[in-house]
This record gives sequence, structure tokens and C-alpha cells, in this order.
Amino acid sequence: MCRLLFYIVLFILPPLVSWANTITVCEGCKVSSIKEAVKVASAYDTIVVQKGVYREYNIGIDKPLTLLGENQPTIDGMDKGEIITIESDHVTVDGFTIINVGTSYTTDYAAIRVVKSTDFLIQQNTLERLFFGIYLEKSNGGKVLHNTIKGDAVNEYNSGNGIQLWYCKDVEVANNSVRNVRDGIYLEFSDNIHIHNNKSIDNLRYGLHFMFSNNDSYTKNLFENNGAGVAVMFSKHIEMKNNVFRKNWGTAAFGLLLKEINDAEIIGNVFEENTVGINIEGSNRIDYRHNDFINNGWAMKVRGACYTNTFQFNNFLYNSFDVSYNSKLNDNLFDQNFWSNYTGYDLNRNGIGDVPYRPVKLFSYIVNRTPETIILLRSLFIDIIDFSEKVSPVFTPDNLMDEHPRMKRIDHDSYR
Amino acid sequence: MRKILKYSFYDLMRSRWSYVYFLFYLLLGIVLLFLNNDLNKAVITLMNVIIVLVPLIGTIFGVMYYYNSKEFTELLLAQPVKRSSIFLGQYFGVALSLSLSLILGLGGPFVFYGIFNSSAIWDFSLLLVTGTLLTLIFTALAFVIALFNENKIKGFGYAILLWLFMAVIYDGLFLMSLMYFEDYPLDKFSLVATMLNPVDLSRVLILLKLDISALLGYTGAVFQNFFGTSFGLILSLGMLGLWVLVPVLIINRKAKRKDF
Repeated sequence: MCRLLFYIVLFILPPLVSWANTITVCEGCKVSSIKEAVKVASAYDTIVVQKGVYREYNIGIDKPLTLLGENQPTIDGMDKGEIITIESDHVTVDGFTIINVGTSYTTDYAAIRVVKSTDFLIQQNTLERLFFGIYLEKSNGGKVLHNTIKGDAVNEYNSGNGIQLWYCKDVEVANNSVRNVRDGIYLEFSDNIHIHNNKSIDNLRYGLHFMFSNNDSYTKNLFENNGAGVAVMFSKHIEMKNNVFRKNWGTAAFGLLLKEINDAEIIGNVFEENTVGINIEGSNRIDYRHNDFINNGWAMKVRGACYTNTFQFNNFLYNSFDVSYNSKLNDNLFDQNFWSNYTGYDLNRNGIGDVPYRPVKLFSYIVNRTPETIILLRSLFIDIIDFSEKVSPVFTPDNLMDEHPRMKRIDHDSYR
Repeated sequence: MRKILKYSFYDLMRSRWSYVYFLFYLLLGIVLLFLNNDLNKAVITLMNVIIVLVPLIGTIFGVMYYYNSKEFTELLLAQPVKRSSIFLGQYFGVALSLSLSLILGLGGPFVFYGIFNSSAIWDFSLLLVTGTLLTLIFTALAFVIALFNENKIKGFGYAILLWLFMAVIYDGLFLMSLMYFEDYPLDKFSLVATMLNPVDLSRVLILLKLDISALLGYTGAVFQNFFGTSFGLILSLGMLGLWVLVPVLIINRKAKRKDF
């Protein structure tokens, strides 16, 4: 028994002790740079970096380490290149301010890059004056939480993305705030990614951008004043729930841009004051339910090749145009929505209007053809021709109507 | 001039028609607010009403008042009073009483409903400003028509035609020309064409507030500059001011030379 205990102490404890090893980095300490600390540390050590400014770049982390910033120390990359590169599993980077990432036209320098690793945790960092922010490359099963990214992007061609995922799986991106970069969050070939409670504001191109990524979800995010709120392209089975898309204004600005998207769910979102709420192109079998479209220029622009989509229980409130179609074909279902422009009546008082509502107006067809005519919006003459088109549709799809328009605004909470 | 203005103003304030006009707006405001329960939507509906009805009422009232008070005008002309002050006094009397009915009639219900605590206050005040300017413009145009036509029936006919043209026909022609010349760059043309019609001008002025997100969807630098900045608002208001000024100058000129 005594002998066994001796062996336990001899063989099992030493690794446990070294697990708890902590290396402190500060200006006056024995170890004064993060690079040096990484070098002397062994696997599973913790490196505590105290407050100060560390002028370092190309910090390569090649073993499982925990990097903790005490009182937000600053790592200044001096515009020389990449700052932290993680090439090992189980790495944590927590509580740093990282500034001055180098800009390059040939290499995508990032503030923090994770390469072919699993179980990483990147949290509570502040990234400023950056090219790319957090770049995840072929990495799985990690988390990116509570980071603040603030770029100073002016042109699309020489700016990077806030958080970029490339060939990643099972990553959680939550509670981050991304401002003023090219794409707030960008996903390419990444599956099973969960993006929630993020804020993506004032970005040059998209707040959130999907390319060839399947089975992902984004919920409860805020997208405000981006070139376009969210662009979802060439992806399948994306779940979009309870997000807010606001003030995406401009000539090619959309709240949500869908291109070649199949089998998605768009539920409980709010689209407010966008030039176009949702722009849909080549997207099939999408379920739109319980969304609010408020004060948009166009609540929905349907471009073509969109089949078997269903639009149910949505509120369309005070949009200049509710739905715009550029063809006469319609294979989508509009049912039980509330339209603030509906003028029908409800004689049997069941809460559903007795006359169907036609959301596509002749004027939206005219504006599609000659965009300058937008200046005649809300003119009496336009109302007259819209009315005559409503009575006998000639230019707009005649089977496109909501057979059961709601009389009152739908209270989404009671349906969820 | 001030005495005649005062006389015309009180004369109209005592007349049944101002009350009817006032009550109409009061009723409209109340009904809109209680049916909609939503200030923003009420403002949009109101915009449609103001843009169509205010010019119509301004025109008809102006023509009517001129012809009705013709004998009194002739009596005044026999007195040592300046001609311009007689006609301008009458004009401002009519225009001001109409504007007052509009502002009080619509303002009342909205103030009671709590417009001051709402975000719609700017939209609403813009609406009232536009309504007042439209009243001034169309009453002046009505006076011009009446001054040029001794024949009552003819005068009324022209006045109605003017309203119909400005409110409906102009937009039809405008739309047709835009669609016919769609291959050409049209943004400057469409802005100029808008400036030339006070009804369109006030519509655009209100659109700037209500539908700015849709207007910004059009790709054109001229539109962007116009709609995207306060330049559009200032220019539109300036043009509306010009639209008041020009007919008033014509009234003044014609009144000096007209033979009675």
C-alpha cells in the first residue's frame, strides 16, 4: 500500500503539478515577452500577461496553452504582420487588446488565427486597427465569445473580415460585437456553426456572409447599417431566427440577401427601415413565418427561380412596397399575413379579411422597369392605376394573393 | 392692405364655409386617429388627403370668394386705396383663413392624441407646413384665374381643370414620358419635372420623410444627392416658396392693369 502510494506520487503527480504551472509576463518580470513565455512553457501551462503594451507579432502557439490577459494588456503588432497564430488543440486566448495588424495584398494577416486545431476558446478580446480579426482555418469544435472587433475599413479591396471561418465545423460564435470591417462575420465551407447574440454594425459589405456552408444557424443577432445585413449564398439548411435587421440603406443594400438557398427557415426576425427587407433569388422551399417587416422600401423583392416558398403569419407594416416580382409566374404561397395596406373588410368577424389581398402592385412592376419612376410614389395617379390593376391583373401574377389576410397585427408571442 | 386683409379674414371667419372646412379636418383627424390607433399610419393617410384635397379646396374657395366679393371690390376700387393692396389683402385674407382652418382642424386632434411626445412630430409639422404652402399656392392660382376671366362659369371651369391637371393628369404625362424615354438618363429630367408641379413637389417633400428607404434604392448620383442630404428638403421648400411668390406677383401686376 505504502509502495503504491509512493508510485502514485512519483508518476502521476508530476504531470499534474506541471499542469498547474503558471508563467507571468510583465515588463519587469523574468519573462518579459509573450513569445518568450510560449517558448519556455510546456503543454497545458497558463501564461498570465499583466497590463502593459507588448510590441510583438508572429506569436506562434504550437502547444496547448492558456493565455490570460490581466487588466487587458495590449499586444501591438506595429503593422508588421500576423499577431497570434494558434497551431495546437486546446488553446485559450482570453482578455487581450490586440492592435495594428499588418495589411497585405497577398497574405490575409489576422489578429488571431487558428489553424487546423480543435477545442480552442477565444474570448473577451478587443481587436482594433486590424486587417482580418479572428481567422479560423480548418478548425473544429471551438468557441469565439464576447470579443469586440472595431476596424477602420474604408475600401473593400484593402480591408479584411471581422471573424472568418474557412472549412470549420461545430464552432460557436456568440456575444461578439463587430464594427466597421469588410464582412462582420464570414463563413466559407463551414458546417454546423452556431452564431448567436452578436452585433454586427457599420460594416462595408455584409454583416454576416455565408458561402457554401450548410446546417448552420444564426439567432438573436443585430445587423445594423451594413452594406447589406446578411448575405446567405449557395447554402442549405440554414436556420435564421429572431434576428434584427435595421437601417441597411443604399442602392444595393438589403436586410437579407438570399441567393441559391434551399430548405431554410426564416422565423421571428424583424426587418426595419431597410431599402430592401429580403432580396430572394433562386431560393426554394424556404419557410418564412412570424417575421415583422416595418418601414422598408421593399419588404421583399423576389427576383426569379424561387419555388415552393411559404410566407405565413408575417406582419407587413408601412412598407413602400410589400412584395415585388419581376415575372408573371408564381409558385409561392402567401397566407394569413397581416398587411397594413389591406383595405378589405371582415363581415363574419373571424379576424380574416373576406377579400384576398394582392401584395404586388402595378407600380412596383413599373419601378422595376423604369427605376426613375420611383419619384411618383404615392401619387394619386399611381393609386388609380394600381387600383385598376387590382381589379383585373394584367402585368402582375394573377394567382399571387393572400387568400386569408389578417385583420389585426399578428402577435408573434402567442404563436411561439 | 392690412385693413382689407383684416376685413376679408373676419368676413371669412364669420362665414359658414370656414367652419365647415375646419370641422371637416377636425373630423378627419379624429376619425383617422381612432380608427388607426397609430400616429405614423395616420400621418401617411393624412398626406394623401392633404395633397389632393388642400389644392382642390384652395382653388375652389379662391375662385368663389373672388367672384362673390366682386361688387365689394368694385366699391373699394372707387375709394382712394391702392389697387394692389385691395387684391393682395383679399388674397391673404382667404389664404390665411383657410390655412388656419387646416392647422387648427388637424392640429387639434393630433395634439390631444399626444403628437408632442411622439416621434412623428417632425413628419406631422412638415405635413402642416406643406399643407399651408399648398393653400397659399392654389388660392393664388385661383385668384389669377379669376382675374383673367370675367365669366364666372369659365373661371370655375379653368380652376377645376387646373386642379385636375396638377393632381392627376400631370403625373400621368410624367409617368408616360418617363417610360417612353426609359433608354435615356432621366434622373435630372424627373427632378425638374417634379419641381414644376407644386403637388408633386409637396408629395416628394413628404416622401423624403416617409419613404426615404425606398427612394435610396435607386442607383443614380443625382437622386442620391437630392434624397440623401438635406439639400432635397431645402430645395423643395425653396421651390414651394417660389410657387407662392410668382402667382402673387402676377396678381399684383394684373390688378394694376385690369379694366373694371
